[in-house]
This record gives sequence, C-alpha cells and structure tokens, in this order.
Amino acid sequence: MRIFDPHIHMTSRTTDDYEAMYAAGVRAVVEPAFWLGQPRTSPASFFDYFDALLGWEPFRAAQYGIAHHCTIALNPKEANDPRCTPVLDDLPRYLVKDGVVAVGEIGYDSMTPAEDHALAVQLQLAAEHGLPAMVHTPHRDKLTGLRRTIDVVRESALATDRVLLDHLNETTVREAKDSGAWLGFSVYPDTKMDEDRMVAILDEYGPEKVLVNSAADWGKSDPLKTRKVADAMLKAGFDEDAVDLVLWRNPVAFYGLSGRLDLDPTAPEALHEGNSILRGGE
Amino acid sequence: MIPRAELDARLGGAARAWLDEALAEAAHTAERPVTGYGTAPWELRFASAGRHLGADAVDEARVLLLRTARVDAPTATRIYQQGTAAERRAVLLALPDLGLDAAAGVPLVEDALRANDTRLVAAAVGPYAAAHLDPHAWRHAVLKCLFTGVSVDAVASLRERAHGDAELARMLGDYAKERTAAARPVPDDLHRVLALTGAEES
Repeated sequence: MRIFDPHIHMTSRTTDDYEAMYAAGVRAVVEPAFWLGQPRTSPASFFDYFDALLGWEPFRAAQYGIAHHCTIALNPKEANDPRCTPVLDDLPRYLVKDGVVAVGEIGYDSMTPAEDHALAVQLQLAAEHGLPAMVHTPHRDKLTGLRRTIDVVRESALATDRVLLDHLNETTVREAKDSGAWLGFSVYPDTKMDEDRMVAILDEYGPEKVLVNSAADWGKSDPLKTRKVADAMLKAGFDEDAVDLVLWRNPVAFYGLSGRLDLDPTAPEALHEGNSILRGGE
Repeated sequence: MIPRAELDARLGGAARAWLDEALAEAAHTAERPVTGYGTAPWELRFASAGRHLGADAVDEARVLLLRTARVDAPTATRIYQQGTAAERRAVLLALPDLGLDAAAGVPLVEDALRANDTRLVAAAVGPYAAAHLDPHAWRHAVLKCLFTGVSVDAVASLRERAHGDAELARMLGDYAKERTAAARPVPDDLHRVLALTGAEES
C-alpha cells in the first residue's frame, strides 16, 4: 500500500515517526506552513521556518525514503498580528521555489478583516504563481467559515477546482463538494474526524477528489492516521483501488497541479551508520 | 564543470530550449546588471530549474547560470542565503568559478559546514575550501565528513593538504580511539586520510 499524507507538520515530529510512517506505507508528504504553537514576532522567524521546509526537512524525510514537499503562506491566525503581516511582501520569492506545491495553509481562524485581506492576497498569489491553494476551514463557527471561504475563492482569480478545502466534516462536506473544490479531511485522535466517520463520509459522498490527512503536529495527533483510514476503508468493503485513489492518486493529482511534484525522494547520500540525522555524529 | 554538450545529453528537447533561454537571460544580466527593484529573470530560472530540468542536470545547470550571470559577491551571498538547500548547493559548487575572495566566499562555506545536510557538506569541501579554508577550519571539515558519512572523495586536494599534517593526524587518531572505546567501527575513510597525513597508525 502506498500512502501520501497531504497535510502533516513533520518539523514537529521525530525520526521515529518517519520510520513508523515508512513502515506503514507512507512514501510522500506535504508539509503546510502553519502556526508553531508559540506566536512568532517578526517576518524573519517565518523566513527561517520556510527555509527549513525547503532545506532541512526534505533532507530528513529523504533519509527515511519519503518525498517531502511543502506549501508556503502566512497562516490565518498570525495574519491578525501586525508584527507578522509584512511576511506577505516576501512570499513571492518563496512561491517560485521547486518543492513548493501550493499556497497554504490559508483561510479563516476568527474571520476578521485582517484574515479577509490575507486570504484574498494569497489566493491572488497562488493564481499568479501557477499554484493551487490549500485552504483550511476554521475550527470555530465552521459552516459560516466554509461559506465565507467559498465566497472569497469565487471572487478570486484562482479557479475553485485548484483549491483544497481542508478540515472538513459532516457539517461542511456537502457544501464543500458542491463548490467543486477538492475535499480534505484531517483525522485526529480526539478532535476533527476519526477513521469510522471518515469511512461513513466516503460511503455517502464517494472517494472522488477526497484527500485524507493526519495533520499531525505538535499537539495530540497521530502520523499513522492515514494508514488507519486505509485499513478502515478495506474493512468496510472498499477495494484497494478506492484506497489508492484516496490515499495516493488524489493527493498526487491535487498537488500535481503545481507541476512541481517530484515523487522520487532525493537519494540519501548518507543512509548508513554515519547518518547525519544523528546530530553530526552520535 | 562538465561540458555543455554532456549536460545537453541529459536533457530532453524542451529542457534544452528552456536552459538556452535561461542562459541567454543570465548573459544579458551579466552585460547589463539589474538596478533598483525587481528580480533578474535568470534568478527566477535559477530557482525553478529543478522542475524544468530534473535531478540529473540541475546542479550543473545552476552552476552554469551563476557563471554566465557573472554574479558578484553580494549577489552570490544573497542567492545562497535566500536559497533552498538545492540552490545553496549550486552556489557552493560554483564558488571556484566565481572569483570571490575569501572574505566573501569563506562565510558561505562555513555556513554549509555548520549544516548537517550531507548535500551541503559535500558541496562545501570542494576546490574553493581547499584553496581558502585555514588549517583549523579545513581539518574540522574533514572530520565533519567522517562524522556525517560524506565520502572524503568529495574533499578537494585532500592528498596535498593532508600530507604532513600532524594535527589532523592527532585528531583522526583521537576520533578512532573514541569510536573504538564505544565499540563502534572506525570509518574506512579515517584510515585513508590518516595514511595521507603520513602518520603511523597507533
């Protein structure tokens, strides 16, 4: 089984996770730029983070046989902090890089005017750079947030079928599907979706344009949730082709819209005992 | 540097044409440097070369772009500092051809040698490092290769610089003792470099 986790924050995870993910079948990941838990206080802090998503993290992933790409953006939460918003001016120099396969995560957190502005600007940037956009839907007041998101996408220069609406659930899937966007579901231990509810949604709405992710980060989360959904799908009677569609071909098709997806992980030059992951020694 | 014909042989027709245009833009910038605001078009090509040319040709193509654009020290430094790991690697590989003095080039080499990304370490220990690193920094670069598993084949002028270097021999001997004390194998490359210093293995 081959698995593509289209949303996982590997910067916050350990090499044990990479090892377990590879063993579970994960061969490719996309890491969206997001909030670090601790608020940033300047654009420079974003630049170091973006550089890590284009430097050290793909190197780490490659050492475990996993292809790593990223999405770049000012996230919705920090779009509200005037100390951070100047990062918008520097996004274009990142959006041309190989390895950047979408603008994201963008979207709404508290649905403020500052978030409206950041979302509209970044959808425009996606259109200008030939990139799709990964748009997360808010945790609070989700359905209202989804509707407002779809309105802003429709007003933007980016076609709706180049947008992935993420963190969907039972209350938002119908309207998201009707919009023509790609449909993302984050499967979490306690919050967001779980495996069985995910299977029920796939049953009702079909696997077309559906992406399932672990969204694993620094909070309570599980980087193997993609595999667990695949197993739950098989147990519920989906065939292997449907599993492959949801866990591999759909994410490849969506991020492939960038023309920048390279699924051969860079051949690790030092996958042996002197492994540099071991902090330059042991 | 590999000849252009050899590079072309690794590329399809569309990629060759793309590289021709990119090099023409770089040559244009070399003649008429961009002033004021805006990014030179060849720099956008430099950033996007991976997806247009593929992994087999991208290092060489990026080096060729840097040479053709005749980048000066501030530009090379900016491109390195704002680059992905792959772009940084290209700047390091191009250093011997860019005519940068030690004040400009050595900080880039030192930055790469602080990294644990073996692609950067391997690119940092080329001819520019051999020519410009002081003995202390150069010895640490050799040791870093042994620690991170970068083959010392990547170290330019290894034979010449290692020859008669008693301090390097001491460092290698101490590292071998540390490995042995931990019941871990001593890398084959360590014996190779130690032999080049002319010191006897203890």
